[in-house]
Amino acid sequence: MSKYLITIGLETHVQLKTNTKMFCGCSLKFGEEPNTNVCPVCLGYPGALPVMNREAVKLTVMSGLMLGCEISRLSTFDRKNYFYPDMSKDYQISQQARPLCLGGGVTIQTPAGPKRVRINHIHLEEDAAKINHYARFSGVDFNRCGTPLMEIVSEPDLSSPDEALAYVQALKQILVYAGVSDCNLEEGNLRCDVNISVRPEGQEQLGTRAEIKNMNTFKGIYAALEYEIARQLATVARGGVIVQETRRWEPDLGETQSMRSKENAHDYRYFPEPDLVPVALASEQIAAWKALLPELPSARRERMVAEYGIPEYDAGVLADAKENADFFEAAVRLCSPGLGKTVSNWFMTEVMRQLSVTGKTISECPLTPAALAELVELVDKRVINGPTAKELSAELFENGGMPGVLVAKRGLGQVSDSGALEGFVEQAIAANAKSVEDYRAGKKAAAGFLVGQVMKLSKGKADPQRVGILVAEKLARLA
Amino acid sequence: MDISTLTICDAAAELRKKTFSSVELTQAVLDAINKKDADLNAYLSVDAEGALLQAEAADAARSAGRDGDLLGIPVAVKDLINVAGQPCTCASKQLVGYVSPYDATVSAKLRQAGVVFAGRTNMDEFAMGSSTENSAFKVTRNPHDLTRVPGGSSGGSAAAVAGGEAIAALGTDTGGSIRQPASFCGCVGLKPSYGRVSRYGVTAFASSLDQVGPMTKTVEDAAVLLQALAGRDAHDGTTPDVPVPDYRAALRGGLKGMKIGLPKEYYIGGADHEVMACVRKAVDACAAAGAEIVEVSLPHTEYAIAVYYIVATAEASANLARFDGVRYGHRTANPGSVFDLYAKSRAEGLGTEVKRRIILGTYVLSSGYYDAYYGRAQKVRTLIRKDFAEAFKTCDALLTPVAPTAAYRIGEACDDPLKMYLGDIFTVPANLAGLCGISVPCGQTAAGLPVGMQLLGPAFGEGSILRAAYAYEQGVRA
Repeated sequence: MSKYLITIGLETHVQLKTNTKMFCGCSLKFGEEPNTNVCPVCLGYPGALPVMNREAVKLTVMSGLMLGCEISRLSTFDRKNYFYPDMSKDYQISQQARPLCLGGGVTIQTPAGPKRVRINHIHLEEDAAKINHYARFSGVDFNRCGTPLMEIVSEPDLSSPDEALAYVQALKQILVYAGVSDCNLEEGNLRCDVNISVRPEGQEQLGTRAEIKNMNTFKGIYAALEYEIARQLATVARGGVIVQETRRWEPDLGETQSMRSKENAHDYRYFPEPDLVPVALASEQIAAWKALLPELPSARRERMVAEYGIPEYDAGVLADAKENADFFEAAVRLCSPGLGKTVSNWFMTEVMRQLSVTGKTISECPLTPAALAELVELVDKRVINGPTAKELSAELFENGGMPGVLVAKRGLGQVSDSGALEGFVEQAIAANAKSVEDYRAGKKAAAGFLVGQVMKLSKGKADPQRVGILVAEKLARLA
Repeated sequence: MDISTLTICDAAAELRKKTFSSVELTQAVLDAINKKDADLNAYLSVDAEGALLQAEAADAARSAGRDGDLLGIPVAVKDLINVAGQPCTCASKQLVGYVSPYDATVSAKLRQAGVVFAGRTNMDEFAMGSSTENSAFKVTRNPHDLTRVPGGSSGGSAAAVAGGEAIAALGTDTGGSIRQPASFCGCVGLKPSYGRVSRYGVTAFASSLDQVGPMTKTVEDAAVLLQALAGRDAHDGTTPDVPVPDYRAALRGGLKGMKIGLPKEYYIGGADHEVMACVRKAVDACAAAGAEIVEVSLPHTEYAIAVYYIVATAEASANLARFDGVRYGHRTANPGSVFDLYAKSRAEGLGTEVKRRIILGTYVLSSGYYDAYYGRAQKVRTLIRKDFAEAFKTCDALLTPVAPTAAYRIGEACDDPLKMYLGDIFTVPANLAGLCGISVPCGQTAAGLPVGMQLLGPAFGEGSILRAAYAYEQGVRA
C-alpha cells in the first residue's frame, strides 16, 4: 500500500471574555439557573433587535493582531439561516462576506522544527443555546444563547493529530495571553470542528474531506483525529470512497459517526444582516487596540532569557502561562540583581509544586511576588537557611504574609555565630563517639550525620554550610 | 363629546383648559369604538380597563403640574408593535395568546409622554398586504364605503382615525402600508425616513424597509406625534445620531419658494384618471401657493416593484423564522419530531400570503439563485437610491399619487396577488431609498372616495414635506 498524506484544518470557536452577550445586555455568568440570563433579544421575541457589543469587536481585533491578521476596515454581518431549537431567531448572526480579520498564522513546534500554520480568517458570531435531553422531553437553556464567539479558521496546513493539538494549544496560549478568552474547555470556552482528508503521496489535489464536530477536550480532539484518520485510511485501503459529510465525535464510544452527507447539507441562505450597520474601524482605533496587546509568549521567552539570565528551559516553563510569567517577573524585579535564576528555581520547584498539589492557579493563592522576592533575599543574605525557607514558602503559599515578619516574630534567623555553633559541634561529637570512630575508619559519610545532629541541636536554625566547615575542622583535628 | 373630528392638538388644548379630563376623553374613544367598530372592524383588541387607568394617571400628572402635547391622549396602535402587557398578534393565528413582555421603543416613548394605549388595530397578517384582507381575524371596512377595503397593511389604524374611532394611531410602512391606507381612508399618514424612528419592539417584516409612523387627522398632528417618536435609539443600531428638529416649527414657512418635483415616470399611464385628476389639481394648488413646479426623472422606477418583492420577501423569510412554536405563539398538538413541530406549527399558524412570501424569499436567497435575484436586486436598489439623490439636488420635495386607484371593493383584488403588488408602485421606491413620505388627502372621486397625494422628501427631510403638506392642507381649508 502506498503512503498516504493527511491534511487537517481546524475551525476553533473561542468564547470571548466580555461581560455581556454579543447583541444584548444579558450577563454571561456561567452555571446559573437555566433561562435566567435572557431577554427579548436573545430569546428572539417579536420585534427585538441586536445591538453590537463593541467589546467583542475589540477582543476579536486584538486576537487578530496577536495572530498577525490583517484587520478589515469595514466588516459586515450576515444571517445564517437554519431551523433548530437552540437558535432562538432560527438564524444565527455571523460573518461570511467580510469577516473582521484576514490571514495571519501561528508557529508550532514539531519534531522536524518550527512550522507555520496559516489562518484563513477570524470572524465573530453568536453562540447557540444549550439543549438538555431528559427521559421524556428536551429542554432549551438560552443562558448561553448570544454569547460572543470568535471563530478562527485555519488553512489545511496540519498533517497529524500531534500538529493539530500543538496548534490548538498554541492558539489557546496566545488568546489567554491576550486576555481575550479564558479558553476554559470545561466551560465550553474553546471548541473545535475539524476538517480532515487523506490522499496518496504524490497526488496534488486534496482528498475528499469529512468535517468532525463535538470535540470538547484536547484529548477528544486527538482521539477523534486518530480515529478518523484510521477510518479514512481503512476505507481507501478497502478500495472504498470517502464521502463528503459531517461526522460527530462520540467520546463514550470512541468513534466518529455520520451526521449528514453533502446531499443533505444545509443551504444556509446567507445574506447581509439588515439590523446591523457595518463595523467601520479607523486606523487610529486599531492602533489604540494594538497598543494594549501583551508580548507574545515566544517573544517573552527570549526576553526573559536575556533580561534575567535564566536558562531557555526555565523561560519556556515560566512563559507557558502568562500569570506565572507575570508573577515571576514581578518577583525578580523586586530582588537584587543577579537573582533571576534563584527566583526561577524557587518558582519552578516550590511554587509550582504547591500549585500542582493544590490544583490552584497562582492568582488564586495568597502568595505575593513581594513575599517570594523577600524570601529569596533572606536566603541569599544568609539570614535564614534553605530548610527554613522551604517551610516558610509552604506557609506563605497557604496563608500569605511576608517572610521577614515571620522570621523576626519566631526568631527563625539562622545561627552563623561560630561560638554558638562550636558549642553544638562539641555536643554532637561528644554524644556520637561511634560516628567519630566511623569517620576515622574512613566512612566519610559519618560527617554528614554529625552535621545533621548539629542542625537538630540548633533547632534547624544553624547555617548548614558553616556547620559543615566546623565539623570537618573538628574531625580533622581529632584525627 | 364627538371625537370623530377631534385632533391631538385640539384635544390637548381642551385638556389644558380642563374642558374635559383624559378619563372622559378616553371614555369617549371607548364609546366610539363600542358604537362603530361592529361596522368598521378596525380594532383587534381594546384594553378599556388599562386605558382608563392610564388616563387617570395622566389626569393626576396634569393636576400635579405636568403638561405635554400627548399627555392623556389616547392613541391606537397597529397590532405588531409591542406594548408591555397587551397582545401583539400581528393579525396572525401564530401569535394568538402571546402577551408582550416588553415595550417597543416607540411604545416606551409614548408611555413616557403620557399617551393612553386604548386598543390595537387590525392589519394584514405580519403587514403583508395592501388591503387588510389578509388579517387572520377580520376584514376592516373603509369608513367612506363599508363595501370597500381601507387599504393596508395599516388598514385598521387608518379606518379607526378616519372613521372616528381614534384621535390618532401608529402604523408601519414597509412598502406603503401607512401612506396607501391613509389615502384610501382620507387621513394623513407619514412614513419617516429609514432610521428616523426606532424599530425596536416592532415585529419585523422587512428590516431594511420597515418604519413606524403617525396616522392622523391633520398634518400638524403628524408633526406632533413624529416629534415624540423620532430619534436615535440605543436598542436599534440602524437609527443614526441625526438631530431631531422641531417639526411643529418646521410646519410654518409655506410653499412659497419651495421647489416641488414631479417625477414623470409617476404620471404616465396606469393610474386611474380620477385619481390623477385630484393629484394634478393639488399640483396646481401648490403652484398657486407659490411653489415652483419642475419635472424630474426617476428612470429606474419601473424596476422598483420587482426589487421590493425580492428584498422584502428575502428579509421576511428570515424574520419570520422565529415563529416556530418553540418559545411562544402557536404550537401544534403532539408533534412527532422537531421537524414536525416546525412544519405543523407554521402550517397551522401562518396564512396563505405570509407563506407565499416566505417561500418567495427563501427561493431568492437559495444557493445558486442568490446572485441572480437578491444580489441583483441590491444593485438595482442602489440605482433607485441614486435616482432620488439626483432629483433632490434640485427639488425640496416630490409630489406624486399615493396609489393608482382609490379604495377598491372587498374581495376585488385578493385573488390576484400580482395585481395587488402592482398597487404599491408609487410607494415602494421611498422605502427602497430610505426616504420620508407623507400622504395627504387631496380630493375625492365622483363616488365620494378619498384620494391622497404623496409628498416625498430626502432622508431626514421630514421638515420639508411637513411644511409643504401643511401649507397645502391649510390652503385647501382656507
